[in-house]
Amino acid sequence: MEIKRGTPVSPGVAIGPALVVDTEGYRIPKRFVDKKQRREEIARLRQALAAAAAEARTNQQAINEKLGKQYGAIFAAHALLIEDPELTREIESLIRDQDHAAEYAVSRVMRRHAKALESLRSGSFATRAADLFDIEKAILRNLLGERGEVLKYLKKPVIVLAHDLTPSETAGLDPKMVHAFATEAGGRASHTAIMAGVLGIPAVVGVGRFLTDVSGGDEIIVDGNRGVLILNPDEETRERQEQARKSYCTLESRLNELRDLPAETADGVRITLLGNIEFPHEAEHCIERGADGVGLYRTEFLYLNRQSDPTESEHLDAYLTVLRTMGPRPVVIRTLDLGADKFASDAQNLERNPFLGLRSVRLCLRNLALFKTQMRAILRASAFGDVRIMFPMVSTLLELRQCKMILAEVKEDLEEEGIPFNPKLPIGTMIEVPSAAIMSDLMAREVNFFSIGTNDLIQYTLAADRTNETVATLYSPGDPSVLRLIDAVVKAGQGNSVDVSVCGEMSGEPIYTLLLLGMGLRQLSVTPHNIPEIKKIIRSVTLEEAKQVAQEALSLETARDVNSFLREKTRRFLPEVIG
Amino acid sequence: MNGFLRRKVVITNPQGLHMRPITAFVEEAAKYQSDVLVGREQQESFNGKSALSLLGLAAEQGTELILEVSGPDADQAMEALVMVLNRVFTEEASPEKKAGEPPER
Repeated sequence: MEIKRGTPVSPGVAIGPALVVDTEGYRIPKRFVDKKQRREEIARLRQALAAAAAEARTNQQAINEKLGKQYGAIFAAHALLIEDPELTREIESLIRDQDHAAEYAVSRVMRRHAKALESLRSGSFATRAADLFDIEKAILRNLLGERGEVLKYLKKPVIVLAHDLTPSETAGLDPKMVHAFATEAGGRASHTAIMAGVLGIPAVVGVGRFLTDVSGGDEIIVDGNRGVLILNPDEETRERQEQARKSYCTLESRLNELRDLPAETADGVRITLLGNIEFPHEAEHCIERGADGVGLYRTEFLYLNRQSDPTESEHLDAYLTVLRTMGPRPVVIRTLDLGADKFASDAQNLERNPFLGLRSVRLCLRNLALFKTQMRAILRASAFGDVRIMFPMVSTLLELRQCKMILAEVKEDLEEEGIPFNPKLPIGTMIEVPSAAIMSDLMAREVNFFSIGTNDLIQYTLAADRTNETVATLYSPGDPSVLRLIDAVVKAGQGNSVDVSVCGEMSGEPIYTLLLLGMGLRQLSVTPHNIPEIKKIIRSVTLEEAKQVAQEALSLETARDVNSFLREKTRRFLPEVIG
Repeated sequence: MNGFLRRKVVITNPQGLHMRPITAFVEEAAKYQSDVLVGREQQESFNGKSALSLLGLAAEQGTELILEVSGPDADQAMEALVMVLNRVFTEEASPEKKAGEPPER
């Protein structure tokens, strides 16, 4: 039995057999086979080798014709390597003598040779390692056939283990079949982590190396509450975790009962609990969990994975879908928050520092057609529901004023065209750049609301990349510097009758709820999955208690002290969740 | 006519015994029944019909290799293999050779 720790990113406990998604994106379903299957594995291997070699020769022919023999020669070389008698001998020996599955044997042998080549000092031989990886893929592809996409054809529930999962791979997971996942890489605020929460799949990321210690089929426990991964648990541990799983399920159903109850403190102060969404269909999650509205509608997905920019109608369609679901509840739509690197219309741009570069409003202010199209759609949507507009990454007053001016122009255009919209559309800004937090007292005079984007605020304030595991410990919502900035923003809002909400991951983390309430926040926008837990805490505490907690937390000197303190204070409300 | 032949070969081209000469060599060696072994003097020798093994030799320019051929068609095999190597090395050493040109037939 081995116990590993990582970052918990989606709550819940699951126990089940491992499905190892091996590195380089190749899905190796299992590593070892029964002795009885060896002959079959060797037959499969030979078939795959022949097929892969034939493919390479076909490519060779085709390239010879198109570009000349010089280039076709690469594929001739591949074919030769695939049919290499020594290679076949080595792979078959692993199958015959060490019960390896064909895929695993191929992978091990190819990698061994690739490693040997890579370590050679001579440059031209080292680059040959890349050819070996290529060949490995070709052989594996022939061995696995469509089963290569093993995540799609699951017949029984599994726990997925991988080096990393891309957001789209995560989005494609079926929660009925994938009961949990754990990855070596990854961080709390990555899209993968967020997707896991949205899908309700318990997950732990950033565990560090562990894949070499596990085989497909091994029993695994993933505890997404405490961030623990257990490989091959012993009987006692297994039982304990099964208990934990059951009590978490009961907790979940108890939390569901809170759905229709208001998020009100024990002494009657109403807190507005909103949901963060990325895709229109997530609005339903918000309703299911009893949200008071959508506090952050991230519109980036409209721009991703396409060749051209979205049209006004495409924007409007998406917004109206959300409004239909949300009814009279407020929906805050955030304008484009992407960098030039992800952009359809500007694929050539390679910035050295995209996070500090041309992104979000900066990009929009340079590309007015883009900006105005989205603004038009948001304004038009405002005729159909309680829509509010919010600008991301505003870093100066000047930028904010420019955004407002353009909005005013768009309003004039729509008026002339006779298209209805809400002339009093509430305007807000994200406070996520430290300069905006520092200037929040002046910015408060120019907007109707603020939303504190803690994900980026923490990142910029502590100069730590939230997706970089090596500095992950610096990135903490509980850091005193961040707390002081939040405090300043809240006070600026209070002084100017501007509503302030928090929409980063911090607002959905139970240990910070008392703190945020006590600091004066009355609106929290969280991933819908987290709404019941936060609501439970809100309903269990009085504002006076929260204020005391906040006061003490603000006096502490390090993130570690703050987090331990808050953990301690929150434990009594949600013991099943706070370790 | 079972022969056993041994010959020294020097890798003359700048890129050493890389994929291109190896491919030509292995394709040629496959045509003969005889066994082919390639290695450095006094060191382990590798199967000359295995491209992967020859790659692992990492023989750079200037390396001296021993070629051993044994079997019924050893004579023809040795001649052919040496010729193949010389041909490829000449092609690659030739100064007019540029990256985009197709090799001579």
